[in-house]
Amino acid sequence: MAATSNNSPALLDIAEVSKSFGSVEVLRSVSLKVAKGEVVAVIGPSGSGKTTLLRCVNFLESYDSGSIRIDSKEVGFRPGPARDSGARQRRSERDLAAMRAETGMVFQSFNLFPHLTAAGNIMLGLTKVRGKSNAEARSIAEHWLGRVGLAHKADSLPAELSGGQQQRVGIARAVAMEPKILLLDEITSALDPELVGEVLAVVRSLAEEGMTMVMVTHEMAFARDASSRIVFMADGGVSAVGPPKEVLAAETTNERLRTFLARFRASHF
Amino acid sequence: MLGQIAYALPFLAEGFALTLWVSLLVVVLSLIAGVVLGVGLVYGPAPLRWAVRIFSDTIRGIPILVLIFFVYYGLPAVGVHLQSFWAAVLALTLFKIAQVVEYLRGAVASIPKGQSEAAMAIGLTFRQRLTYVIFPQAFRRFLPPWINGVTDAVKGSALVSLLGITDLMQAINQVIGRTYEAMPLYILGALLYFAVNYALSLASRRLEQRFAFIRE
Repeated sequence: MAATSNNSPALLDIAEVSKSFGSVEVLRSVSLKVAKGEVVAVIGPSGSGKTTLLRCVNFLESYDSGSIRIDSKEVGFRPGPARDSGARQRRSERDLAAMRAETGMVFQSFNLFPHLTAAGNIMLGLTKVRGKSNAEARSIAEHWLGRVGLAHKADSLPAELSGGQQQRVGIARAVAMEPKILLLDEITSALDPELVGEVLAVVRSLAEEGMTMVMVTHEMAFARDASSRIVFMADGGVSAVGPPKEVLAAETTNERLRTFLARFRASHF
Repeated sequence: MLGQIAYALPFLAEGFALTLWVSLLVVVLSLIAGVVLGVGLVYGPAPLRWAVRIFSDTIRGIPILVLIFFVYYGLPAVGVHLQSFWAAVLALTLFKIAQVVEYLRGAVASIPKGQSEAAMAIGLTFRQRLTYVIFPQAFRRFLPPWINGVTDAVKGSALVSLLGITDLMQAINQVIGRTYEAMPLYILGALLYFAVNYALSLASRRLEQRFAFIRE
C-alpha cells in the first residue's frame, strides 16, 4: 500500500478546511492527504465532523475556507476573476456534476433509487453521465453485480432486496462509474449485525484491488484490518493520524483518543 | 318534448365540445406553468420562492368566481382587453396553477433528501436529477390530487357561462329557456359532466396501479 509523503502528489488533498453550521464550528482547519491506492479509515465520536468532512470531498456540503483538491483540481470552487482579487467562486452546476462523477459515494442509508431495478440503479450514471449505450451499461452493471454476488438480482427492485444486498448494489453503483476515489459513509451502520460481513467483504476486495477509499466507520476491527491509515477526529479536527497499529494502540498518549477507544472497547468487546 | 330536445342536440354537442376544449386548455396550460413555478418554489432562489408563494396563497384565497370577473371586467381598467373566452381560460388557469404548484411542492418534498444526494454523487446535473430520479418518484404522489384537480377543472368550467360563453352549461340553460324542459336537460348535463369525470377517475386508478410498485 502506498504511503503518503510530501513529495508525491496526493490524489486527495484536503488543506486547512473549516466549516460552520451557524455558530457551530464542525470542521476546524482539517488537513489530510490521501495517496492513490490508499485506504483511509476515519473514526471518532458522533459530532466530530467525520461525515461532514466526507460530504465536503464530493461537495454535497460546501466548506467555508481552505481547499479540497482531487488530482490537484479544486473541488467545488474555482478562482474568481482578478478584479475580485481572485476570490473563489462556486463552480457551475455542470462543472460540479462532472467533478462529482469522479468520486463515488456509498451512503449509510443506501439511497438506492426505488423506482429502478438493481441494474437500473447502476446503469443510470453510466448512460446519462458517461454516455454509454444501454447495452454497454447493462453489461457493466451485470459485471459489477456479479462482483458483489448479486448477478441473479439484476432485475429486482430495491424493495425486494435485504439491507445487505441493497448496500452491495449501492457499492456497485458507485464503483461502476470508475471513480478516482470512493467515499464510504458509515455504510454498515444501518445493517443488521449478520449482514455487515457480506458488505465489508466487498469493501475488502476493492481495497485489495487498489481502489482509493476514505471510509467513515464505527467498525473498529475492520478499520484496523483493511485500512492503511486511521484518522481520529474529535471536535471537528484531526486529533490523531497514523497506521492502524499506532492509532489504535492502547498506550496512546492522546487523551481524547484514549477515552474514545476505552469507551468503544467497553461497549463492543 | 323529446323531439324538442333531440332538435337541440347539435347545439348541446357544440356546448359540450366547448366545455371539453376549455377544460383541456386549462388543464394543460396550468400543468406546464404549475410544474415550472412549483420547481421554482422548491429549488429556486429566495426572491422567486417568495413570489411563487405570494402568488399561490393569494390566488387560493380568492373565490374562483371573483377571479373570473376580475380578469374579465378588471383587467380592461389597466388596458388589457381579453375576449370573454380567453379571459375565462386565463382566470381558470391561474386558479389551477396555484393548485398544481402545491401538489408538486408536496410530491417533491415527500422524496427523501438522500435521493437527490445519491443522484448528485453519481454526477447527474440538476435537470437530470429531476428527470430521472425525483419526478418519476414524485409522480405517484402528484397524480391522485392532480386528477382530482382535473375533475374540478371540468366542473369549474361551467362558470365560464357567466361571461356569456356557450359552453355545455350555457347551452343547456338556453335550450331550457326555449323548451321549459328543465329537469331532463339538467339530468342530461349532469350525466355528461359525470361521464367525463368518471372516465378520468378510472384512468387515474389505472395509472396509480401502474406506479404502485414503487416502494421506499
